[in-house]
Amino acid sequence: MLSIVVNGSFRVCTDQTTVADLIRELALEGKRVAVERNGEIVPKSRLAETPLANGDRIEVVRAVGGG
Amino acid sequence: MNAPNENLALAHDDPLVIAGRAYRSRLLVGTGKYKDFAQTRAAIDASGAQIVTVAIRRTNIGQNPNEPSLLDHLPPSQFTLLPNTAGCYTVEDAVRTLQLARELLDGHTLVKLEVLGDPHTLFPNVRETIRAAEVLVKDGFEVMVYTSDDPIAARELEAVGCVAIMPLASLIGSGMGILNPWNLKLIIEQAKVPVLVDAGVGTASDAAIAMELGCAGVLMNTAIALAQDPVLMAGAMRKAVEAGREALRAGRMPRKFYAASPSSPTTGLIG
Repeated sequence: MLSIVVNGSFRVCTDQTTVADLIRELALEGKRVAVERNGEIVPKSRLAETPLANGDRIEVVRAVGGG
Repeated sequence: MNAPNENLALAHDDPLVIAGRAYRSRLLVGTGKYKDFAQTRAAIDASGAQIVTVAIRRTNIGQNPNEPSLLDHLPPSQFTLLPNTAGCYTVEDAVRTLQLARELLDGHTLVKLEVLGDPHTLFPNVRETIRAAEVLVKDGFEVMVYTSDDPIAARELEAVGCVAIMPLASLIGSGMGILNPWNLKLIIEQAKVPVLVDAGVGTASDAAIAMELGCAGVLMNTAIALAQDPVLMAGAMRKAVEAGREALRAGRMPRKFYAASPSSPTTGLIG
């Protein structure tokens, strides 16, 4: 099992989980989000080929109202 | 009666050009502080704005996957979304936020940079803003930059390659209007890129004054969103920006303390 942090909250994933798998688990598949892994942006085209590692810090962001 | 068509043609002939792209509307609006997304959209439609700012924030994890999304109401196919760095106090946070925004919006590079210096007043930290602008311009962003109304800072931001300079008229969210028109004038006179008032507009007359000063546009959020009737105010702001622009182009009459020059004929009076 992998222990990671997603948007500041701890989360446990199975080994071999990719970033795309995580997005699916979070019910965010197909939503307009951007993902950062350990401070580096993971492009949409690479989500499925980017594996998670123990201790990863993931940020998932979206657009919200703002001025 | 062809006056309305002439007016349309005027607006069409006088576009706002930012980073080589032309916009019909000179009013840019934010999307924060509205009651709900339906009101946000109704106000933006009434404002006629084509460029709308959005903030970038963490997605709620595991709360409500079917939660409505802002971009469902403001599709990027219909609006030019301008991601901002509101809430960022460092170069690193601002750059990181806009890099995420670029990924989120499929490579979109037109952005609004603001680096704040004080949580109480939301005054910009100009030194950090200039540093962040340099990093972002080198990274390929087209940076519209929020700054103080300091002409020297404005000049430096233009020199590092910002595509629009956006000085405050008064503090963010204050609605205090245009407190230093003379500084704005200095910034407008020297700038070769569009200068837009960003922050401080409280009501329609403030927007008209900004445009009469020669601003290329006005960016506002709170003045519309916190009006008693945001949709009505959005329409008022559209008209004010258009009126101010047309008054600028028309060229106002000179101010005279008194003229003793009545508008009606002085001959042919009865009696």
